[in-house]
Amino acid sequence: MSATTSSKSAAAIDRARDAGRSALICYLPAGYPDVQATIDAGIAMARNGADLIEIGIPYSDPVMDGPVIQAATTEAIANGFKVEKVFDVVRGITEATDAAVLVMTYWNPVVRMGVDTFARRLSEAGGAGLITPDLIPDEAAEWFAASDYYGLDRVFLVAPSSTPERLASTVAASRGFVYAVSIMGVTGARQDVSSSAQQLVADTHAAGADRVCVGLGVSNSGHVREIAAYADGVIVGTALVAAIRDGGVDAVASLTQELSTGLERVEA
Amino acid sequence: MVDAPSTNTDNNPADAFLQGAPSLKNAPGPYFGNYGGRWMPESLIAALDELEDTFNKAKADPEFLAQIADLNKNYSGRPSLLTEAKRFSEYAGGARVFLKREDLNHTGSHKINNVLGQALLAKRMGKTRVIAETGAGQHGVASATAAALLGLECVVYMGAEDCRRQALNVARMQLLGATVVPVTSGSQTLKDAINDALRDWVSNVDSTHYLLGTAAGAHPFPSMVRFFHQVIGDEARSQILEQVGKLPDAICACVGGGSNAIGIFHGFLDDPSVKIFGFEAGGDGVETGRHAATISLGKPGVLHGARSYLMQDDDGQTVESHSISAGLDYPGVGPEHAYLSDIGRVSYEPITDTEAMDAFKLLCQSEGIIPAIETAHALAGAIKVGHRLTEGQANPQDTVIIVNLSGRGDKDVATAADWFDLLNEDGSVKGTNLSTRAPKGPAERAAAQEEMQL
Repeated sequence: MSATTSSKSAAAIDRARDAGRSALICYLPAGYPDVQATIDAGIAMARNGADLIEIGIPYSDPVMDGPVIQAATTEAIANGFKVEKVFDVVRGITEATDAAVLVMTYWNPVVRMGVDTFARRLSEAGGAGLITPDLIPDEAAEWFAASDYYGLDRVFLVAPSSTPERLASTVAASRGFVYAVSIMGVTGARQDVSSSAQQLVADTHAAGADRVCVGLGVSNSGHVREIAAYADGVIVGTALVAAIRDGGVDAVASLTQELSTGLERVEA
Repeated sequence: MVDAPSTNTDNNPADAFLQGAPSLKNAPGPYFGNYGGRWMPESLIAALDELEDTFNKAKADPEFLAQIADLNKNYSGRPSLLTEAKRFSEYAGGARVFLKREDLNHTGSHKINNVLGQALLAKRMGKTRVIAETGAGQHGVASATAAALLGLECVVYMGAEDCRRQALNVARMQLLGATVVPVTSGSQTLKDAINDALRDWVSNVDSTHYLLGTAAGAHPFPSMVRFFHQVIGDEARSQILEQVGKLPDAICACVGGGSNAIGIFHGFLDDPSVKIFGFEAGGDGVETGRHAATISLGKPGVLHGARSYLMQDDDGQTVESHSISAGLDYPGVGPEHAYLSDIGRVSYEPITDTEAMDAFKLLCQSEGIIPAIETAHALAGAIKVGHRLTEGQANPQDTVIIVNLSGRGDKDVATAADWFDLLNEDGSVKGTNLSTRAPKGPAERAAAQEEMQL
């Protein structure tokens, strides 16, 4: 991975590592139920144990998302969410907390705004970078240029189906951390975390990644504990979306706290 | 940062081609000019690589090509006819209009060409299950058919709104042994069915091939789907040479995702004298915003794996499309069409619902052929092209136009009956509820049987 020293995400993960634990990365979509709630919930997550915050841009065709996140983002769009509001969310959280704030987005909204313009505005808002679920390094030439220019992290995904060659090229293209998809599937809470995740993290480390974080299907502190034993960070999404849906910002705060109890590394 | 691709004519591939540069045929992908590519989750890249590899080996394998040729001939009924539409021609300025009869294929449309090819590839990859999206139901029916023929499990995703519009095809798919999943997310039409099919694929990719129904999506789908449909253009080209003794002046096809169109266009891409026209769904009229005229009015973007023209708002959110034709009701278009439009080789124009339905009725009553409503857009376009090309010509019959008659209209009878005011308020056909005797049918037979048992 290149230029890790200037990476806000890497710095946040390293702070957790220095404290002897994995990092907790918490996701919520912007504008659900409204923009202010996302800012408040983001701040609450940061104050209750989240090291990095991942803010999703609601999109009309979220092919990597399961029903809970689909319902939330569809409602956000129906309520009038505009893409540029994501910069207000990023700014609101970064001004109030020390958490690194990443934006998770499908690629077309970035294309529409213009990759360079999007990167500039994200940088101005204090954002750390982008997680791009439907952009692979092979198609990311414009994003390489813009993320280098503005010093933003580019978090690409690796999956259990990724070949060794693709693991190597994706690791080389990433900055901040590499997002390991725990299972072949879409977002959503699951009973168990797949065993394929541990192997994928090991393979991704072996391919040269300094920081590998695991997401998809992680919903409680038990899952967090299991993954924290081998990964540099643990990513939780759907469970937090269900929490804000059912119990608002308070429920997000207490779930984040509960999740963070799984982070302490129990060394044998 | 992302500008519309240059259409600078100094360096225009269509012009370059006319001056002897390499062929426009057999474009391999992944890119068609600035379009195409793989805008897909990493989870699916290995499956796309496997598919590309399998396809490349298969198309170079005489055994595979012989299998396709055999199924085309002995199962689908190819070659499809090229029928001269002599009475219809009167309404197209007197130009001679020929219909490439894909409606006569098994399952009633061009879709069978692609599904047989892809289902064979699925078998080659050792997959036991195919999934498909469908709009009008034609691709779903074709997929269910191929799956039944080759012993594959089949699940078809179909927008709930399309299920309502095309209920007959839902029953057909089930009769063929497929499972139909009504999709209730988003606009409940084709694009949302594709989203759900992709979610299924990413979760079941080991066992499952995604049998995409149009020449869109991530590489290798656009060039692969085109490959299986090229037979349309290849046949049409030799048939017109045999029947008329010369190449046509124009080719007309309807374009949703664009598979039937790319199939017939391909046969004529390298013939500079042949003008090529694609007709998109203009819905209520492009000025109303309620349409599916993606190339005519869309902007470049990425959706469902490819960069192409896209109906989207200022935020990059996909805009809902509108068309009387479920099969054209899609806010994207295949990337090769985007390229052929930009370089000026193919002209894309919108046709409104009204124009399409007028042409639908005209073909029914001048030729005794009920076309699919999708196809009616190509027919309406051919009427316009015919008038344009024959204007001021002393011998309009010297002008020859081929229309790809991509599908038959049986599935559209309810929609057409409604449009032409043939229905009562309760949806029954006018004049069909005058009988005063007891019903004669399954209900009556059941009653009679019950009586016998008593």
